[in-house]
Amino acid sequence: MLQDTVWLISVILMAAIAGVFLWVAAGAGQKADAEAMQPRAYRLRAGWFWLLVAVIAVATATTLSALPYPDRAPQTAARVIVRATSAQWAWTIEGPDLVVGKPVEFQVTSTDVNHGFGIYNPAMEMVAQTQAMPGYVNRLQLTFTAPGTYHILCLEYCGLAHHQMMTDLVVKPD
Amino acid sequence: MSIPSSVLAAGTARDVSPDIYPGVVAYIAIAGVVLLLMMLVGVVLRLAQAEWLPVPPDLFYEMMTAHGAGMVGIAGLAGAGIMWHFLSRHVRLNRGILIANLVSFLAGVLMILAAIFLGGFGGGWTFLYPLPATSGGAWEPGAAALYLGGLLVVGVGFLLFYLDAGRAIVAEYGTLGAALGWPILFGRPQARLPEPTVVASTMVTIVNTLGLVSGATVLAVSLINLATPSFVIDPLLAKNMIYFFGHVFINATIYMTVIALYEILPGYTGREWKASKPFLWGWTASTLMVLIAYPHHLLMDFVMPKWALILGQVASYTAGLPVLVVTAYGALTLVYRSGIRWDAASALLFLSMFGWAAGIVPAIVDATIMVNLVMHNTMWVPGHFHFYLLLGMTAMVFGFMYFLGRDGDSGESALDRVAVWVFAVGGLGFALIFLYSGKEGVPRRWAVHLPGWVAYDRLASLFALAVMAAVAVFTLRFLLRAPRLLAAR
Repeated sequence: MLQDTVWLISVILMAAIAGVFLWVAAGAGQKADAEAMQPRAYRLRAGWFWLLVAVIAVATATTLSALPYPDRAPQTAARVIVRATSAQWAWTIEGPDLVVGKPVEFQVTSTDVNHGFGIYNPAMEMVAQTQAMPGYVNRLQLTFTAPGTYHILCLEYCGLAHHQMMTDLVVKPD
Repeated sequence: MSIPSSVLAAGTARDVSPDIYPGVVAYIAIAGVVLLLMMLVGVVLRLAQAEWLPVPPDLFYEMMTAHGAGMVGIAGLAGAGIMWHFLSRHVRLNRGILIANLVSFLAGVLMILAAIFLGGFGGGWTFLYPLPATSGGAWEPGAAALYLGGLLVVGVGFLLFYLDAGRAIVAEYGTLGAALGWPILFGRPQARLPEPTVVASTMVTIVNTLGLVSGATVLAVSLINLATPSFVIDPLLAKNMIYFFGHVFINATIYMTVIALYEILPGYTGREWKASKPFLWGWTASTLMVLIAYPHHLLMDFVMPKWALILGQVASYTAGLPVLVVTAYGALTLVYRSGIRWDAASALLFLSMFGWAAGIVPAIVDATIMVNLVMHNTMWVPGHFHFYLLLGMTAMVFGFMYFLGRDGDSGESALDRVAVWVFAVGGLGFALIFLYSGKEGVPRRWAVHLPGWVAYDRLASLFALAVMAAVAVFTLRFLLRAPRLLAAR
């Protein structure tokens, strides 16, 4: 899952930053001439800056190469259309049976306040989400890769029974 | 007002606050007490999710609303207190405005508390339109109006505060651009070099004025909607305005409290922290990035223009650069082999820079569109902002509290030293569990958790209790010292 990779990368980077701070703190009791250190500190800072710029450039190019946003023209012929309508505090899901490998487009909206349409797989790992907004239809395109009972959880705070706003979604084998 | 490094002796904290205005003491004392109370509310929320404390959902969401609004507001007040304290040494600020902001803040807080705990308002601190007017029977429109009105009163006070700061900066430096050092960056190297405090305050003045105007506007139209339901606004426009305001305001708190580092840490290390060209570039970049990064709150609103969402990701990535390259790196080089004397103030300030720098990592991760698809509105979100607000922003505030309260002998005990360690370890554990829960897909803002998530909540509750105990020590220490601070004037 993407989440595991993201967690691992985050922990490693945060640990590296912690390591630098601990190393500096541990040696801070000694005293060195600040002016003598300055040229080296400036060089290091320049290197640090360009390293970060390179990391950001690579990360940006990599992560923006695939986006979840649908094309302007709905590809209704190629996709199964499922309408997901939210209202305090229930989901109404309308559409044909969902099958593994068949592209789906969830057309998500709300009749009252903002909700969040979060799809979790049978192991309760999040697969995808989009917001459910009054007056707008968000189109979430997805192809299920495994059958089972998926769960829809509300992911935008919507009032008193927000935590009860769940429903199931069955995906059949091909 | 930078002091040549030759006159600074490492190990002796430079006294940059010979005259502490009582208004600042009031700001910081109130901030300490409210932070502690709001932490207590937060602990109750975690204990409820942990199934260790029975809290009905309606009360949970009311307390969640109070925790969010209270923490954001008090972070703003603490930041404003720190900014005013140091900025007043460089420009002529109006003391009446400082007090007016405090009075306005307290009046607004009373309205907000009444709306929540008497009126039952539980619409979340972000008052996402049209939820305040569409409660599903949980609260009346009057309670929502009182809450929105309270926020508006608080916001107007802050707006006055920043308008006065802007006026004073312009009176001293000519333009806001000059106070950001633009003449030096754009061809006039002999121009007056602004002090780090002035640069930071100018940045915050610019972004917060724009943010508060956006917030006040959407609050005003939401109030009209409550009074006249036939008057409706576009929910997506309202969402943009709310998140622009919220994003800018909460970010600005840390850009204000970091002034404490710029002003206090040099005294501990015997080294200067001057505004250099990279420093000025960094703060100008931050001014722009903070303003344009807010669409990262709307990455799951697929109807938003795609370019705006991509901009949200890119600006969020680049917003981390000035922090990591200028301020974090600057703090590290300031402390590196400096012979620094560690006490509660210096330790908390150094910790705060770690909290801010490391907290950027999960923040940037969450601003990545493809990651946001599976992380948005999970516990990862409060995880990242608790990381840099708790271990970063509040650590700066507590460091400032110890700095203000000290006298010749710091007067600290083993209890203070233990409290700093407990705060650091507890805060780190607390934030990491939030992040781990988010990775596991646990949604944020759920009053009742599924059985598989409760173990995380229990562990988080223990860390939260530890943090609260440490903060009780910090706050109590400052409150005990506050009368002496006032008497010494």
